[in-house]
Amino acid sequence: MSIENTVSEKKLTQNGKTVWSKIAASCLKFLRNIGNFIVRLWNHPKGRVGLIILGALSVCAIFAPIIAPFDPYDVTQRAERGLHPSWEHPLGTTISTGQDIFSMLIYGARVSLLIGIVTGICIAFLGAIMGILSGYVGGWVDNLIMRVVDVMLVIPTLPLTIVLTNLFGKSYFMIVFIFTLFGWTGLARTIRSQVLVLKNSNYVKAAELAGAGRWHIMMKHILPGVSHLLIMSTCLTSAGIMVAEAGLSFLGLGDPTAISWGKMLAEVQSGGAMLFGYWWWIIAPGIGIFLAVYSFMRIGIAMEEIFNPRMKQTSSAYKIFKNLNNQYIEEVFHSMDESEKLGYVGGVNDNDETVGV
Amino acid sequence: MSQEISTEKKPLVEIQDLDVFFPVKGGLSFKKHYVQAVSDMSLQIFEGETLGLVGESGCGKTTLANTVLGMIEPTKGKVFFKGNDLYALKGKEFKALRRDMQMIFQDPFSSLNPRFDILEIIGEPMRIRGGFTDEEIEKRVVELLKMVGLSESDLHRHPSDFSGGQRQRIGIARAIILNPDFLVCDEPVSALDVSVHAQILNLLLKLQKEIGMTYLFISHNLAVVKTVCDRVAVMYLGKMMEYGQTDKIFENTLHPYTKALLDAVLDVDVDNKKERHVLKGEIPSPIDPPPGCRFCKRCSRATDICSQVTPKLKEIEPGHYVACHLYDEK
Repeated sequence: MSIENTVSEKKLTQNGKTVWSKIAASCLKFLRNIGNFIVRLWNHPKGRVGLIILGALSVCAIFAPIIAPFDPYDVTQRAERGLHPSWEHPLGTTISTGQDIFSMLIYGARVSLLIGIVTGICIAFLGAIMGILSGYVGGWVDNLIMRVVDVMLVIPTLPLTIVLTNLFGKSYFMIVFIFTLFGWTGLARTIRSQVLVLKNSNYVKAAELAGAGRWHIMMKHILPGVSHLLIMSTCLTSAGIMVAEAGLSFLGLGDPTAISWGKMLAEVQSGGAMLFGYWWWIIAPGIGIFLAVYSFMRIGIAMEEIFNPRMKQTSSAYKIFKNLNNQYIEEVFHSMDESEKLGYVGGVNDNDETVGV
Repeated sequence: MSQEISTEKKPLVEIQDLDVFFPVKGGLSFKKHYVQAVSDMSLQIFEGETLGLVGESGCGKTTLANTVLGMIEPTKGKVFFKGNDLYALKGKEFKALRRDMQMIFQDPFSSLNPRFDILEIIGEPMRIRGGFTDEEIEKRVVELLKMVGLSESDLHRHPSDFSGGQRQRIGIARAIILNPDFLVCDEPVSALDVSVHAQILNLLLKLQKEIGMTYLFISHNLAVVKTVCDRVAVMYLGKMMEYGQTDKIFENTLHPYTKALLDAVLDVDVDNKKERHVLKGEIPSPIDPPPGCRFCKRCSRATDICSQVTPKLKEIEPGHYVACHLYDEK
C-alpha cells in the first residue's frame, strides 16, 4: 500500500511539476530578485534614507485606522471647529468641519501614495508595451506609435486634464486613467531607444538563429534589458504624479469624497487658515507631500546609480523629468548643470561680491 | 574536373548569383542609391569541409554569412541549404531548416546575455525548440561544457565571471547544442588574445571531427585560414576575386589582390627580404560602384579593359577560379 501510494504521489508530483513548480519557481525567483534589490538599495546611502521614509509612510497608510486617533471620514467623530493643537488633537481641528487634522494627515497618505504608485505602475506598463512594440516590431507600428507620441507630447496636459475631469467625473479612477494616458509617452521613447540597442545585440541574434519567436525574445531578452528603466521611472513618475494630484485637488478637481494631501491644502485655502494664523494646518499636508516625493526621488536616484554607475553626469532622472513636461524642475536641473560646468561652488552671488570688492 | 568534385561530394550550402543591396537614405537627389554589399556571388560549401572567407573590413563577408543564415533577405539570387531553397520556405519549415545552421560570433563579450547564467545561455536553444525537460537540458549542457573544456561548477555563474576565451567556448557550446550541420564562424578568434587563438581553433577542429560539421570560416587572419580551411574564397567589395583549394591559393596565387593580401602578412624570417606589393589608396565606396573590375583603381597591373568590363570567374586550374582580366585567353 505504502509503495503504491508513494508511486502515485510521485506521478502526481511529476504531472503537477510541469505547471505548478514552474510557476512557483518563477515566483520565488522574482521574490528573491526583489529581495536582493531591496538589500542593494538599503546598502546605498541615498536609497536607505528613501526606504526608511517610504517605509514609515507606508506603515501610516496601511495601519491608518490604528494609528489615527479619529476617523476623519466618520461624521459623528467630529470635534469643535478650529481647535488649536492639544494632546487630544495634535494638530488641532479644521475650521470648516471640525475634523481632526492629524487623522486627516494619516488617512491622506493612503490616497496620495496609492494614486502615485498605481499611476506610476500603469505608466510603466503602458510605456513598456508601447516602447517595446515600437522598438522591436518596427516598421509601420513604430511609425504609428512614435507619431502618436509626438502629438501627445505637444498637448498641454493641465488644461486638458481639467476638461476631461469635468467631462468624465472626478473619481480617482478617472484621474489615474488620465495621468496614465498622458504620462506614458516620454517613457515609451526612452524604452524604444534602449530596445533598438538590445535588438541588434548578438545574443538576440543567436536566439533568433535558434528559432526563437518574437514573443520569446521580447520576454526573455528585451524586457529584462529595460527593466531597470521601468523600475526607475515608476519611482520618479510616482513622485511627479503625487505632486500633480495635489495640484489637481488644490484646484478642486480631485475626488470630492476622498481625503488626500492635496485636498487638505485646498481646504486650508478655502477654510481661511491663513486668516486665522493656523500655520500647523498649512504645513502638515505640505510636509506629507514633501516626504513622499523626497523618498521616491531618493530611491529613484539611488536605483539609477546602482544600475548605471557610469551615468552620474547626465542623470536619467533629469531625462525622465524632462519628459514629464515639468518646466520648473527642468529649469532647476538645467541651472544646476550650468553652475557645475562653470565651477561655482557657493553660487553666482559669491562671485559678484568678490568682483564688487 | 570540378564537376567531378561536385558529384563526389554533395554541396551542403549552395549560393547562386547572390546580390544583397541596401538602399541608402538621405541626400537631395531623387535617384535611389544602393550599397552593393554582396554582388553576384556564387559559392558551394561541401559537407564536412571548411570554407574560408577572406577579405578586408567592409567587403561584405558578414553580410554574406547573414544571408546564408537567413537573417537578411537577398535582393536577387538563391541560397540552397540541404537542397532546399531557403528563402522559398515559410514559417515553421524555415525555422526548422535554419536550426541546423548556427553561428559563432566575433565578439564574445556582446554575444552572451549578461543577465543569464551559463545554464540558461547554453540551454536556451533547447528551451526554444521545446520538448525537453529541465533535467535533460541540464545534462546536455554539462556534457557540452565538458566538451568545450569548461567544468560543471561553472553552470550557475554569469558571463562576467569568465575571460574572453572562456566566453567564446560558451558561445561555441551554445551554437552546437542542437547538433547543427553547418556552423558559421564569424571571425571567432579575432577579438581574443593571441595566446588563446590556438586553443579555440583546436577546439573547433576537434568538434568538426567529432560531430562532422561543415564550417564557413570568416577571417582576415590569413595564417589562421591557412591552417584551418580546406578551401578559400577571397572577397573584395562584395565580389568574389579568387576561389579554390587552400594550398593552390597560397602556392599559386593568381589574383593581384590576393597577392597583395599575402604580402601584407608579416614574416618571422627577417633575412628573407621578399618583394612586397603594397596596396595604395583606400577601399572605394560600395555605393553604386562603376562597371569594370572593382579592384582596378588600386591594382598595380590594371589595363584599360579593367575599368570597362567586369571580369568573370574563370577556372584556371582544376578547382581554382579567379576573376581577373590578366588570365583572359588571348
